[in-house]
Amino acid sequence: MEQKVKIQIDNHMVEVPKGTTILKAAQEIGIHIPTLCYMNLEDMCITNLPASCRMCVVEVEGRRNLAPACATPCDNGMRVKTSSLRVLNARKYVLELILSDHPTDCLICAKSGNCDLQNLAKRLKIREVLFKGEQSNYILETSPSIIRDMDKCIYCRRCEMMCNDVQTVGALAAVNRGFSSIIAPAFNQALSESECTYCGQCVAVCPVGALTENDHTNRLLEDLADPTKTVIVQTAPAVRAALGEEFGLKPGTSVTGKMVAALRELGFDKVFDTDFAADLTIMEEGTELLGRLTKFMEGDKNVSMPILTSCCPAWVNFFEYYFPDMLDIPSTARSPQQMFGSIAKSWWAEKMGIKREDLVVVSIMPCLAKKYECSRDEFKVNGDPDVNYSLSTRELVSLIKRANIDFNRLPDEDFDNPMGESTGAGVIFGTSGGVMEAALRTAYELYTGNVLENVNFENVRGLQGIKKATVNLNSFELKIGIAHGLGNARKLLNEIREGKSEFHAIEIMACPGGCIGGGGQPLHHGNSELLKARSQSLYHEDASKPLRKSHQNPFIIKLYEEYLGRPMSDKAHHLLHTCYFCKNSEIQEQ
Amino acid sequence: MSYKMHILVCGGTGCQASNSQGIIANLKEELTNKNLENEVQVIATGCFGFCEQGPIVKIMPDNTFYTQVKPGDSEEIVNEHIIKGRKVNRLLYRDPENKERVSDSKHMDFYKKQLRIALRNCGLIDPENIEEYIARDGYAALAKCVSEMTPEEVINEVKFSGLRGRGGGGFPTGLKWELTRKYKADQKFVVCNADEGDPGAFMDRSIMEGDPHSVIEAMAICGYSIGADKGLIYIRAEYPLAIQRLQTAIKQAEEYGLLGKNILGSGFNFTLEFRYGAGAFVCGEETALIHSMEGHRGEPTTKPPFPAESGYLNLPTNVNNVETYANIPVIMNKGANWFNKIGTEKSKGTKVFALAGKINNVGLIEVPMGTTLKEVIYEIGGGIKNGKKFKAVQTGGPSGGCLTEKHLNVPIDYDNLLASGSMMGSGGMIVMDEDDCMVAVAKFYLDFTVEESCGKCTPCRVGNKRLYETLDLITNGKATMDDLNRLKNLGQVIKDTALCGLGQTSPNPILSTIDNFYDEYTAHIRDHKCPAGKCKALLNYVIDPQLCIGCTLCVRNCLSNAITGIRKEPHTIDPEKCIKCGVCLTKCKFNAISIQ
Amino acid sequence: MITTDIKLSKCQIDEIVKICASFNNQSGELINILHKTQGHFGYLPKEVQEVIARQLDIPVSKVYGVVTFYSFFTMKPKGKHPISVCMGTACYVRGAEDVVEELKKQLNIKVGEATPDGKFSLDTLRCVGACGLAPVMTIGEKVYGHVDASKVKEMLDTFE
Repeated sequence: MEQKVKIQIDNHMVEVPKGTTILKAAQEIGIHIPTLCYMNLEDMCITNLPASCRMCVVEVEGRRNLAPACATPCDNGMRVKTSSLRVLNARKYVLELILSDHPTDCLICAKSGNCDLQNLAKRLKIREVLFKGEQSNYILETSPSIIRDMDKCIYCRRCEMMCNDVQTVGALAAVNRGFSSIIAPAFNQALSESECTYCGQCVAVCPVGALTENDHTNRLLEDLADPTKTVIVQTAPAVRAALGEEFGLKPGTSVTGKMVAALRELGFDKVFDTDFAADLTIMEEGTELLGRLTKFMEGDKNVSMPILTSCCPAWVNFFEYYFPDMLDIPSTARSPQQMFGSIAKSWWAEKMGIKREDLVVVSIMPCLAKKYECSRDEFKVNGDPDVNYSLSTRELVSLIKRANIDFNRLPDEDFDNPMGESTGAGVIFGTSGGVMEAALRTAYELYTGNVLENVNFENVRGLQGIKKATVNLNSFELKIGIAHGLGNARKLLNEIREGKSEFHAIEIMACPGGCIGGGGQPLHHGNSELLKARSQSLYHEDASKPLRKSHQNPFIIKLYEEYLGRPMSDKAHHLLHTCYFCKNSEIQEQ
Repeated sequence: MSYKMHILVCGGTGCQASNSQGIIANLKEELTNKNLENEVQVIATGCFGFCEQGPIVKIMPDNTFYTQVKPGDSEEIVNEHIIKGRKVNRLLYRDPENKERVSDSKHMDFYKKQLRIALRNCGLIDPENIEEYIARDGYAALAKCVSEMTPEEVINEVKFSGLRGRGGGGFPTGLKWELTRKYKADQKFVVCNADEGDPGAFMDRSIMEGDPHSVIEAMAICGYSIGADKGLIYIRAEYPLAIQRLQTAIKQAEEYGLLGKNILGSGFNFTLEFRYGAGAFVCGEETALIHSMEGHRGEPTTKPPFPAESGYLNLPTNVNNVETYANIPVIMNKGANWFNKIGTEKSKGTKVFALAGKINNVGLIEVPMGTTLKEVIYEIGGGIKNGKKFKAVQTGGPSGGCLTEKHLNVPIDYDNLLASGSMMGSGGMIVMDEDDCMVAVAKFYLDFTVEESCGKCTPCRVGNKRLYETLDLITNGKATMDDLNRLKNLGQVIKDTALCGLGQTSPNPILSTIDNFYDEYTAHIRDHKCPAGKCKALLNYVIDPQLCIGCTLCVRNCLSNAITGIRKEPHTIDPEKCIKCGVCLTKCKFNAISIQ
Repeated sequence: MITTDIKLSKCQIDEIVKICASFNNQSGELINILHKTQGHFGYLPKEVQEVIARQLDIPVSKVYGVVTFYSFFTMKPKGKHPISVCMGTACYVRGAEDVVEELKKQLNIKVGEATPDGKFSLDTLRCVGACGLAPVMTIGEKVYGHVDASKVKEMLDTFE
C-alpha cells in the first residue's frame, strides 16, 4: 500500500503519497509556488530539476535555511510556509539578482508577453533592480533555424537537459563556471558547426528570450506586397491543432477553417495544405516499403531492413551526424514539405503558367528544422529553393495579430485545390505514430488487395516513447516500431546497428509527441496536457474526414495520372526522393 | 640491521621548498664519508608542524630539535653531534622570551599545549615504510575490527567516541556510517575527501604526506563497518607528494595483506583507488565531489538524497575527510571512552589547524577541542609578528568569519565558533594584525568564492558577484550607506537560499566583519578612509609644508606630474593627478611626505 | 575562438587513443583521462578534446564543459617557465597581491597568459601548503618562499 504523509502548508493540512514534493503538494491545494528552472512533462518522463534558480524556496519549520519546494520531499508532520515575509523577501532578492544580469529591453524582445521571467517580475512586482554590476556580454548567434542570445540566458539548464537527456544530441552543454557559466556548443562555436539537428526543443523549453527561432515574418510581408510574385502557402498538420491556443481557445480546438481564412486574409494567392503532400509521401514511402519488403522476403541480401521514415528534418540531421554508416536504411522519400515545394514548382506552376522565379512557396510548420531543410542544396533548382522559406506556428500567430485579424471571428474556409485536398491519413502525420498509421492503411490495401475495414491502429497512438505493433498482411507479420524524441530514436538505431532490431519499419519523429510538440509550436510551458489535447484534435479531424486513406485522395490520383505516372517512377524519383550525406566531419576525414 | 641513531628530516612541502632534500643528501654523503651509513639512518618524515622554523632536523634517540637547517649545516651536524656527541648550539631553537636555546621540542611553547592524535605519527615515522607505522600500533585497529568486532560494534564505538566530521560541517561520523550501513546495495563505497581547497590550509596534505597509512587503515575500517569493499581517494592533483606517498603506502599494505582480498583471513575484502581533483573548491562539497569522481562537472545537487543513500554511481557512499579518518585507528585502539574524555561537551577530541598569517610561529598544530583562541595565538603561536597589535583571526576559510579580541577566550569547538559568527571549517586559522583592512580581507574571500562558484544556483552565481562588486565600491570609496545595508541583506538571503554549503557560507566573511568591524566599513564609506591604510584608492599622499625644503626630488620622480611647487619652497600634491604609486614617499629625504 | 587550430599527427592521436584505452574508454574516467592527456601535451587544445570525446563516445561539448569547469585544465599552452603565485590567505596577508602585480608589470601579461615568446606564463593557485614561507610562488617545479615584489625582476632575469 502506498504510504501517505501529512503535512501543513501555510494554514492547510494536506495528505500526499510519500515522496511527493512540497511544490506538488501545495499545487494540490491551490497554492501555486512560483518556479523558473523547474519543468516537468509528466507523461513523457521529461523533467528538469536542477533546483538551482531558487525561486521556489519555502520555509520549513526546524530547517536552518530555506528549502526549494520543487526538490524537497514532504516528510510526515512537516510545517511549511510558502509566503512568509522571509520567503517573499528571499524570492524578491533572487529574482532581482537574475534581473541584474538580464537585459531589460523586454519591449522589443522576441519573447515579450510569453516569457516566464517577465511573468515572474510582474507577479513579484519588481519595480527596480537594486543590484547593479557586470552583465554577461555574448555575441548574438544566428543559425538557419535558431537564434542564440545568451545575454538573456538565466542558466535554468532546460535546453541542456532537452539536448542531452531527451534528444541525446549533445550539441549544448554547460561550460565555464561561476558568473561566466553558460550553455553553449563545444568551444563556443556556432550551432551550425556543432551536432545541432535544429530540432528546436531547446527553443521550445527556453523560459526567456535566450533561444528563439530565426524569424522570417518580415521577409514574408515583403513578398506578399510584391505584385510580381505569386505567393502560395502550405500548412503542416500539427499547426491547426495548436494555433487556437494563442487566441484563447481551449487546447485541442481544431482551427483548420479559421487558419485557412486567416492566411487568405493575409494575402496569400493560394492556401494549400501540406496534408496533400503527406498523402503523396505515403504513396512513395509506402511503395518503397512494399518494394523493399518484397525483395527482403524473397531473400535479397542487398536489401536493408528495417525501413525508416524520413519526413522529419531534425531526425534526418541526426542520423546524418550520428549514424552515417546507415544512410541506406531511411526511406529516400523527401519530407512532405519538400514534396509539396517540388510539385508546386513543377506540376502546379506549369499548369498555372507561372514562372518558377515568380513563384514563392512558403510553409507554416510546427518545426524549426524545416527552416534549415528549405536551405539544403538537394532541394534547390538552379539555386532556387523548392520551398523558399518556412515560418513556425508562432510566427504565424504574430503575423495574424499584426495584421489586425480577429481570428476567432473568422469564418471556416476550405483550402484551395488541387493541393489543398487531403485524407485523414495526411492529417495524423502531425502526431507520433501518425505516419506509420497512414502508411499501414495504404500498404495494407495495396499489399493484400483487400479493403481495410477498421482504419484505426490504436496501438501506435499515445505518448509513450517507444511503441511497437504487429500488423498481419496476408499472414505476414509486419513488425513496426515508433519512436519520438531523438533519445528514443537512438535506442532503436543502436539496435539496428547491432543487428538486434525486430522491426520491418520504423517511424521516427525528433520531437517529443511528434510534430504537435515541435520546436515551432506555441510554448507548452511544461504542460503536457496541451500535447495530449493537440494529438486528440488531429485524430478527431481524421475521423471526421470522408476519405481516410492516402491512395484515395482524388488529386493525388490525378497527379500520378497527369504527371508522375506511378509511385517510384523516374519522374517521381527525381522530384520526390533525395539522398543523405555524412555530416560528421571527423568520420568524413577517416 | 639496527641503527644506533636516526636523523629525522622534515619532508613536508614547506621544508622541501627550503631544500630539505639537499639536507638529506648532504647528511647521507657526510655519513658515508665517515663510514657511519650503517649506524645512523636518515629518514625523510612528514611535517613536524613548526613550519616557521623549518627546515626541521631531529636527532633520535636524544630528541634534539634543530631548526632552520641548511644543507651546508650537514657536515657540522655529523661531525659535532653524531661523532662527538656535542649539540650544535646555533641550530637549536631559541626561546623568544628568555633567549635561551631549547633542544627538546617538549619544552617549546609551540608544542607544550598541543595534543597530537591525528598528527600522532607526523614527523616521527618514515611515511614510506609500513614497518614504522606498524611499530606504532598501525593496523592493530583494523585487525581488531575485522577479527573481534561486528560492523555494528565498530559503528557504535565511533558513535560513542563523539567524533564529528573534520571537513567543516561537523556531522557526527558514527551516525553517517550507520546511515550508509542501513541502505541495502550490492556495492557501496568509502570515499576520502582529500580535495583540500581552503586557501591557507594544509592539514590534510600533511597527514597524507606524513602518515598515509592511518588514512588507509581507517578507510578499510569504515568499509568493514558499512559493508563496502571499495574505497576511493579523491585528491587534489596539485598534491604530487601526497599522491606518491599514498600510492606507496597502498602498495605496501597490499603486500602485507592489509588491503585486497580476505584481509587478515577475515573474509573481508577492501581495495583502494584514486580519483583526481582538478582545481575546483566546490568539490569539497560531497555531492559535487561525487559528480566530479564520476567524470562530470563538479556541481552539487540538492540533498536529499544524501550520499549515504545515493552517492557514487547512485550507490550508498560514505564520504569523510582525511583528518576524520586519521582519528579512527586511535579511537579503535584506545577506545571511545578515552577519546570522548578529550574536548568539550559536544566536540570531542582534537582539531588540527594550519596557523598562518601575521603570527610568529606559523605551522601545523593540533589542540584539544576547548582550547581558547588566546592559547593558540599567544602561547602556541608565539603572538603577533613584529610586535604589532592583534586585530582578528579568521577561521573556516572562505566559509568562515573573522573573530576579534572579544572572542579570544572562547573555547574552540564547532558550536562556539558557529555562535561567534564563524565556523570550524577544515582548519585554516589566519591571524591578522592592525595593518590588515577587514573590508579588503572580506573582499579577498569573496573574490575567491566568485572565482570558485560552480555557477549552478542564482544566489551564488549572481549574488556573490554582486557582493564582491559592492565591496569593491566600498574599498574604492564609491559606496553609500545604502550599499552597506544592501550588502548585509543580500548576504543574509544568499545564506538562506544558496544550493550548497559553499554558497550558504560564502557571505560569512562579510557578515562577520560587518558585525565586528562596522566602523571600518563606515570609515571607507563616509570618510573615504581606510584606517589600515591598505585600500589604495582611499590613500592620499600629502607633503608637510613644515618639513619640505623644496628640493624638487619628488617632482622629478613623480610619474604622473602630480607634484608642483617653486624651488626651495614647500611643494604640493594634486590628489586628482596622483596615482598613489608611492615613489615620492620613498624618494623624499626629509620625511616630508606621508599617507593620510 | 579560444584555441588556435592545430593539426594532430597520427602518432599524437594514437597516444590519446592509448590513454583512453588504458581507462577502458569509460566516460566516468573523463577527468583522469584529461589529467593524463594534459600531462602528455601540456595543454588540452580543441583537437585533443575531440579525439577524447570520440573515444569515450560522449559529446565533445561535454568534454569542453568539464575542461572549462576545472581550473587545473588549460586550453592554452603554458610558458617554458610556468609561474604560479600562491593566493592562499596566508600569502595574501603577507603581500602576494603585490607580487602578482609586479609579475604582471614585468612580464606585461595578465594572469592566465603566456609571454609572446613563450618563455613565461603566469597563474595564481590556491595553497601550496608552505604557509611558513609566505608569500610563496613556484616557477616550474621549484618553490620560492618569502618572495619580495621588489626582487621579482632580478629573479626573472636569472631564467634563460
